[in-house]
Amino acid sequence: MSTSGPLPDRLGARSLDPHLGRYAARAEGMTASEVRALFAVASRPEVVSLAGGMPNLAALPLDFLSDQIASIVADDGLVALQYGSAHGIPLLREQICEVMALEGVTGHPDDLVVTVGSQMALDLVTRIFIDPGDIVLAEGPSYVGALGTFASYQADVRHVVMDEHGLVPEALRAALAAAAQAGRRVKFLYTIPNFNNPAGVTLAVARRAEVLDICARHDVLVIEDNPYGLLGFDGQVYPALRSMDSDNVIYLGSFSKTFASGLRVGWALAPHAVREKLVLAAESAALCAPTLNQMVVSRYLATHDWKGQIKSFQTMYRDRRDALLAGLEQHMPAGCSWTRPDGGFFVWLTVPEGVDTKAMQPRAVTARVAYVPGTGFYADGFGSRQMRLSFCYPPPERITEGVRRLAGVLADELDLLRTFGPTASRSLSGPQTPAPDTA
Amino acid sequence: MSDRWVAVLAGGLSHERDVSLRSGRRVSAALRQSGVAVEEWDADASLLPKLREHRPDAVVIALHGGEGENGSIQTILELLGIPYVGTDAGTCRRAWDKPTAKAELRRAGVLTPDWVVLPQSAFRELGAQPVLDAMVERLGLPMMLKPDQGGSALGAQVVRSAAELPTAMVGSLAYSDAVLAEQFIDGVEVAVTVVDGPGGPEALPAVEIAPASGVYDYTARYTAGLTTFHTPARLDDATAAKVAELAVSAHRLLGLRDVSRTDAVVSATGEVYFIEVNLSPGLTETSLLPMAAEAAGRSLGSIYAGLVDRAIAR
Repeated sequence: MSTSGPLPDRLGARSLDPHLGRYAARAEGMTASEVRALFAVASRPEVVSLAGGMPNLAALPLDFLSDQIASIVADDGLVALQYGSAHGIPLLREQICEVMALEGVTGHPDDLVVTVGSQMALDLVTRIFIDPGDIVLAEGPSYVGALGTFASYQADVRHVVMDEHGLVPEALRAALAAAAQAGRRVKFLYTIPNFNNPAGVTLAVARRAEVLDICARHDVLVIEDNPYGLLGFDGQVYPALRSMDSDNVIYLGSFSKTFASGLRVGWALAPHAVREKLVLAAESAALCAPTLNQMVVSRYLATHDWKGQIKSFQTMYRDRRDALLAGLEQHMPAGCSWTRPDGGFFVWLTVPEGVDTKAMQPRAVTARVAYVPGTGFYADGFGSRQMRLSFCYPPPERITEGVRRLAGVLADELDLLRTFGPTASRSLSGPQTPAPDTA
Repeated sequence: MSDRWVAVLAGGLSHERDVSLRSGRRVSAALRQSGVAVEEWDADASLLPKLREHRPDAVVIALHGGEGENGSIQTILELLGIPYVGTDAGTCRRAWDKPTAKAELRRAGVLTPDWVVLPQSAFRELGAQPVLDAMVERLGLPMMLKPDQGGSALGAQVVRSAAELPTAMVGSLAYSDAVLAEQFIDGVEVAVTVVDGPGGPEALPAVEIAPASGVYDYTARYTAGLTTFHTPARLDDATAAKVAELAVSAHRLLGLRDVSRTDAVVSATGEVYFIEVNLSPGLTETSLLPMAAEAAGRSLGSIYAGLVDRAIAR
């Protein structure tokens, strides 16, 4: 550029963020993204969103709950609206133990900490165990919210592949051996054994003891995240890992999928020594989970047929799962494969070679259908050929329509790929064998 | 406090919905500070009945991309006889299409990077590789690739090697059915807001954009701190005048009304290239128009309140 004399170099220069030099290293990845921007469109009713994991609350007894909440405030308002203990309300902790008993867990209420959703429990567990650079093992793919938590504590996440029976024990052994060979210590294995988010697969009962045994032998803690365990579509319940090993498993539970996600009530059940630290960490994080919300959950468990409610959720989600699977069967082009969950909220779809689901996402939004690209569920850039499809929220007929639209988008994308030939994916291709879509 | 009230339209279903919602909130707050009563409405199926029933004194369109800029919303407002801020429907239809705007300006003698625009079908029917080769031959590398319509840099990429082209094409075509490939001009990126006033269109001080990554993409645009802005741009007086003149010329030649933002590049040799024009410029916390307004010593609210008055008086 032509200039006339020295330029006023910094005059008027600004970055719009005066704190730029102050952020911790862990904030580095916290930037605006096109993917997030597109989700703003996905929330519109015109779009069939197979993206979000929002539970469908339509079946909840709202009048009943309204009366109960009013009565809590009227009768016990000074307690409900006050700080509580970081440990959680004792009565609720006892009731949670009854809930966990359905999956064979025999925990003591004192070893349980009530948290602001199980997300907070995961944050606390990571906070007390992970130093920057520590290795965490997680299924590949794994829950995006967990990966976010691990990233914020600067963990080094290594994925362990799954197949249609969940986490592959041999792959777990290999991951542990690789870490050992590199002189690195693995702090814990994070696993969602039941109706995995996002893969939809369940860890085979026959593998559970083996996984626990491998971890115990390698002195690796197991974090069992089980928000969907009671949402088996045929009422089937799998034994929790915690029920098989009370010393080496921290169990994370939640009422978000079985009751009300907006109340943000979850919990961690931990070995006694760990529990002490969790309570202190919970205190420093939030002082306590909201007392009113804990009391609402407690009252609900005490006065409502919550098991019947869960049964009705199971039926509702099964109908939606059926609609999604039928739609995929009918509309998806050759070269696609997907998981067939028998519970939970999610199907994991693998698309033909060459398709990058993240690059395709704007086209899907234009066609008024939304999904979550697979790369979000990996810490290492894998998952470009995969996407998560949620069947929890839209009614069956909308799901059918959404799959029809998605198939059209995919057909157009394949046409584009035929035109331009194999393209270099912007991210790495997912681990192709074994994969959790072979069921 | 005046008794006028305006509806700010924000949201919509374009890829830029998120940005639009932020723009809408920002301009609404600014208008309220300037004494204008505001309601914020989404552009959805409820919009038309609401417009008919409540008939705002004027509409401010904070929609970006798609219906907000291609003349659709403007046509509806014209049908209903409701005044609105911004370019009329017919002009929007022409000017929002990037290649059309470039062609019109080039015909009028405005310097703009050489370009080609091709629909997806052309690649399919003629074979991608020969067409890509011809593009590289004509435009050279690096080249700029972007959807022919839309904003916020969604789908826009700098392609530095021929090997990157097929993947970049797939990325850009995800946002539109046609791609605009443009000669890449290395230089200083500037944005100039033009506002119509009593004396005609007036350029606000140019904002210079210096993204830390070197590319002013979506992340660099909407993450505070990833881009350094210089207001006014670090240009000598003669170049600053050329940049301002370019923006006012683009505004006039394309027949734009009320407000526009022209993006330009000042090359190493001091030539000023027109890149594109925005009919509904971003109004978010990280957007360029509010920065330009501040540099001009004017508030966003006073600018838009003035434009509302103009729209009502038309």
